Amino acid sequence: MGTNVRVLAAMSGGVDSAVAAARAADAGHDVTGVHLALSRNPQSYRSGARGCCTLEDARDARRAADVIGIPFYVWDMAEQFHTSVVDDFLDEYAAGRTPNPCLRCNERIKFAAVLDKAVALGFDAVCTGHYAILRDGALYRAVDDGKDQSYVLGVLTAEQLAHAMFPLGDTRKADVRAEASRRGLAVADKPDSHDICFIPSGDTAGWLVDRLGCAPGDVVDESGAVVGGHDGAYAFTVGQRRGLGLTRPAPDGRPRYVLAVRPVERTVTVGPREALRVDRIVGVRPRWAGRPPVDAVRCRAQLRAHGEVHRAVAELDGDELTVSLDAPVEGVAPGQAVVLYADDERVIGSATIDRTYRAAGMSV
Amino acid sequence: MAYLDHAATTPMLPAAIAATTAELGRVGNPSSLHTPGRAARRVVEESREALAEGVGARPGEVVFTSGGTEADNLAVKGLYWSRVAADGRRRRVLVGAGEHHAVLDAAAWLSREQGAQVEPLPLDAVGRVRLDALAESLARDPGDVALVSVLWANNEVGTIQPVAEIVELAHAYGIPVHSDAVQAAGQLDVRFATSGLDALTLTGHKIGGPVGAGALVLRRDADVTPVLHGGGQERDVRSGTLDAAAYAGFAAALTEVVAGRADEAVRLAGLRDELVRRVLDAVPDAELNGDPDPAGRLPGNAHFSFPGCEGDSLLLLLDARDVFCSTGSACSAGVAEPSHVLLAMGASEERARGSLRFSLGHTSTEADVDALAEAIGPAVERASRAGVAAHRVS
Repeated sequence: MGTNVRVLAAMSGGVDSAVAAARAADAGHDVTGVHLALSRNPQSYRSGARGCCTLEDARDARRAADVIGIPFYVWDMAEQFHTSVVDDFLDEYAAGRTPNPCLRCNERIKFAAVLDKAVALGFDAVCTGHYAILRDGALYRAVDDGKDQSYVLGVLTAEQLAHAMFPLGDTRKADVRAEASRRGLAVADKPDSHDICFIPSGDTAGWLVDRLGCAPGDVVDESGAVVGGHDGAYAFTVGQRRGLGLTRPAPDGRPRYVLAVRPVERTVTVGPREALRVDRIVGVRPRWAGRPPVDAVRCRAQLRAHGEVHRAVAELDGDELTVSLDAPVEGVAPGQAVVLYADDERVIGSATIDRTYRAAGMSV
Repeated sequence: MAYLDHAATTPMLPAAIAATTAELGRVGNPSSLHTPGRAARRVVEESREALAEGVGARPGEVVFTSGGTEADNLAVKGLYWSRVAADGRRRRVLVGAGEHHAVLDAAAWLSREQGAQVEPLPLDAVGRVRLDALAESLARDPGDVALVSVLWANNEVGTIQPVAEIVELAHAYGIPVHSDAVQAAGQLDVRFATSGLDALTLTGHKIGGPVGAGALVLRRDADVTPVLHGGGQERDVRSGTLDAAAYAGFAAALTEVVAGRADEAVRLAGLRDELVRRVLDAVPDAELNGDPDPAGRLPGNAHFSFPGCEGDSLLLLLDARDVFCSTGSACSAGVAEPSHVLLAMGASEERARGSLRFSLGHTSTEADVDALAEAIGPAVERASRAGVAAHRVS
């Protein structure tokens, strides 16, 4: 992207998006700051310094815009956020999957609803404080491994990336903080946000029970024998070991893990660790950062945020993406994204994990 | 730049700046008994007299406050508490459905916390309180009504309310009436005594005075329970150190405004009519909200809905062209809520969200109208594209 383009900087009130906006302005772009109000009730989302949707965050974003010297507005995206992210999050858990709401927010809010509105209003790009590198229209991992957010951006299409700007990808977080301080941005030492912004308490299981209701059922082993009970299958995630509340120990005394979550049947299946090993993953709703691959592609697959990468071959068959892993992997949760990287850390594309196949060949 | 948001706040008049700054450097609490205290008190009392003169009241009826919000709270809560204390049945509070939040939220608080029954008085399609509804509401059981509160002129759509008729209806049952005239005082012939009102809200910064000075003009025989307790400086109805500098600026502004008000109203109405005509020329499907009869609305007020557009998109685009207006709606965290005034007038939520207020004042000129006329067409075109984008389900 050339210089002097009209940039809409999404400003959460945190340090990253503030520095990103400042860098975009320094680069000579015509920058306007926008804080997205995502909560139907601004008081209700996480309070204190860690959140992204509180009144205090809106104020922090406004003050950063003042210091940078750019116009600032608040856009009400609460309805879209609720429908596209919060309701989706609930639906996914209710279906026994483990969604990633940050990824959905990027896919459907920041680089969809916000980007569409911005483009219609005459902006050329949406700038965020995500840690990722955009080079010649391609998306790469950030230099700061610990902060890299290319995974939650892996869902963006080439068209979306063409209107995106991520000024922080070449910088380490510590240096971003130092830069914020140099620039006189008061958010320089504001703590990072870690939890899900719309679950103020951080207690995802409790939040789900409040909304999906109590749906008690059995915890069963692979033979179908009842080994315990639960208040709602949706509160479990494949690969989970703790908090299973099992009443009967495994015959061999070894720890057991969640193998499958079936909220409709109200069952949670547990079993030994090796039963978690899968070597084939089928993803749906593929998204491509460039042209979709025609042939099977050698790549590295990442299966959860900040997770390890695994050598794999990915092959597109209609709307389904099959990812065959060179070596088995444990605890792959349907609902999460599989993001494919090339050897040079370039994002190739992604899909939402629909089902997995055990190393032995049986569907989990 | 074209500043078209005088209803939010208007530039201070030079006479007001001079009057305020002259006092800022002087010491003396107006409640102190010594010489500098008396000198400051003299400024307060001269300001009170000038305000009373300007608004057709007696000096003893002017209760200084920190502004319109405090005066509205004092009127609504203060009258309610006193009326209920005198007769426990009087729990109904009748307020226009399109009142400013300073009245609406004070009434809502009384309802939530104090057992009041708040009855919003319905508006007609141009934003005027329906007198038949008020008459019916009063007649249902006049003995249980605490007070009536209706704006002199609506702050969003500019509709002038039938204050005299409202007072007549309520006073037939001995029920006190309050009116918030913060928007009206600078442009209309607002006179307290002839209005028959029991309480009237004024504020400085809407008429060219400083922010932070206001008044509740209150009949001497009106019984009002204080909201703020302390030194009892203002008739024991309002406490807080008297702000001689602010009141001096407030009074100077009102004096100057009243002297030129009739001519200025004609000038603003002419400019406003031109603004309305040119906006409708540029955007033929724009809809003028409020009273289409220019005589029925504030001379400086124009308020439109732009179908298919969001007000906040239009504001952003006009702001970038140095044209400054308002979505005319309440804010929480800077998020625009659909205007309760337009909703009460029967507008859809979509129409309410797609509206802008342009308000003229003493510094407004033809050039401001030119700037708006030039910018509004392209802004509406862009904003309507964004409106469509925002509603596309992704």
